[in-house]
Amino acid sequence: MLIEALTLQLGYNATLVTLGAACLGAAAGMAGVFLVLRRRALVSDALAHATLPGLAAAFLAMSALGLSGRWLPGLMAGSALAALAALWAIQALAGRTRLPEDAAIGAVLSVFFGMGVVLMTVVQTIPGGQQAGLESFLLGATSGMLRAEALTIAAGALVVLGAVLALRRPMSAVAFDARHAAIAGLNPRAADAAITLLALAVTVTGLKIVGLVLIVALLIVPPATARLWTGRIDRLLLLAAAFGAAAGWIGAAASAAAADLPTGPLVVLSAAAMFALSLLVAPGRGVIARALARARLVRGLAAGGAR
Amino acid sequence: MRISAPRSTPRPALRRAPDGERGTGAVFVAPALAIEGLSVAYGATPAIEGVSASFASGAMSAIVGPNGAGKSTLLAAALGQVAPLAGRVRFFGTTLDRARRRVAYVPQRAGVDWDFPARVHDVVAMGLYAELGLFRRFGPAHRARIAEALERVGMAEFAGRQIGALSGGQQQRVFLARALVQGADLYLLDEPFAGVDAATEAAIVDVLRGLRNAGAAVVAVHHDLATVPEWFDAVLLLNRRVIAAGPVAETFTRANLSETYGGRLAIAPEALRAAGE
Repeated sequence: MLIEALTLQLGYNATLVTLGAACLGAAAGMAGVFLVLRRRALVSDALAHATLPGLAAAFLAMSALGLSGRWLPGLMAGSALAALAALWAIQALAGRTRLPEDAAIGAVLSVFFGMGVVLMTVVQTIPGGQQAGLESFLLGATSGMLRAEALTIAAGALVVLGAVLALRRPMSAVAFDARHAAIAGLNPRAADAAITLLALAVTVTGLKIVGLVLIVALLIVPPATARLWTGRIDRLLLLAAAFGAAAGWIGAAASAAAADLPTGPLVVLSAAAMFALSLLVAPGRGVIARALARARLVRGLAAGGAR
Repeated sequence: MRISAPRSTPRPALRRAPDGERGTGAVFVAPALAIEGLSVAYGATPAIEGVSASFASGAMSAIVGPNGAGKSTLLAAALGQVAPLAGRVRFFGTTLDRARRRVAYVPQRAGVDWDFPARVHDVVAMGLYAELGLFRRFGPAHRARIAEALERVGMAEFAGRQIGALSGGQQQRVFLARALVQGADLYLLDEPFAGVDAATEAAIVDVLRGLRNAGAAVVAVHHDLATVPEWFDAVLLLNRRVIAAGPVAETFTRANLSETYGGRLAIAPEALRAAGE
């Protein structure tokens, strides 16, 4: 069953979902490279958790208007608005008070997530709310995903990929040396905004498949894996996209083969397995390569000392 | 081939001798960098107060003063990286935004993470990003400029080296090459000689002299008093406010230094003799 899923033989919808997850993984890997280099990983986790109240509020709003509360683009828009509000709150707290940024991030993450849990309880009380399946946005699910939803996710991922490629120069220059970039005439605030907004776009796009609790792993783990294999940023982007795509593909396929399991953990565990393997065998930065290099050094010292 | 961008405005053939006549020969020429009444505070703590200074093209100028004198703050504020309380800064007689292509900045190398995934070539290429914009491709001319910048700082054979594997002196040279590749007319350097080896020091001085002789303005925050008379044409003595400024021979005196450093003067007498005192 898993083999059929991995080789896209479980029917048209499952194939579409698997390909959508791969696109999402590639976009997350690429966007995550800059998130990691600019040390903004924690912020993206806060943004992801902050989507929950937006998700629930969008469902309630669409239901109140007599529309289907489960319409994915509407849910994505609500999530994005809530995440933007959280971003503003973090910047206001860190910028206008003496609170350090990590404290601001922690406070905003938990408050927004708490509001989301409360709103989800409200969703359960309205007619149709219990069947809405909004819980699946916490850990992700592919079973029962509509064709249009898979296409929406793939399209969102491709837009993110294109934006990362277009903005890679200012984003990497700012990630390396923001002050020099500013003086040379690049705009660090715009580049930072792009880095954060691309992570936000990945989060909102990936809510349905990976879920908001674990999406940050898809942004962070593939770049960390790729960094073990290369020290060049152009190759880092390609490798992170490849690792992310593989994680999305394997996770979605495994979830199609075992429909009871939420997709998010499967995607994240696939990414983590690639990281663990790379940590062992990668040349240069891998554990084995470093142990061998160290052993050679020790042998060389011993040979020199015996002279 | 010289590393220089085509200049939009003709540069006057202004040469000021180290003991040149400040203000006379340059009446009709805007200085490369003119600072007027610049004041900066961090919170309620004043960092620099009412600093006015002018840095000419074709000269190497040092900004000298004790720790906490506001040397780096002066550079950062002039470059718009710190919001000033008051004051005006002009580059070549205009705003930084209009003159940006003519201005290159070399930051302290400790300010970045050298484990960043880049090779030496990639870092120097970043000096061209603003010129290239988002989509223009690196052509052979750009590669040649990067190669020549690395050649000038003596780092040509390290182009493919991971930046994390460089020594401190090599890192400093890479930063200088990233500025050179811009082909600017004003070079602002923040402690370019801090913690580098003697070979790098000599290489950097050589490059800066070459820039000066080609007519560029070189301004460096500097901490080693002993080398000021040998390397620099002009000096700004700073201790939150300007103590003295002008050609080294007239300005770099025992009395001025003593005032700048509050009597705790740490300089060998022979250095002062070299300055003509």
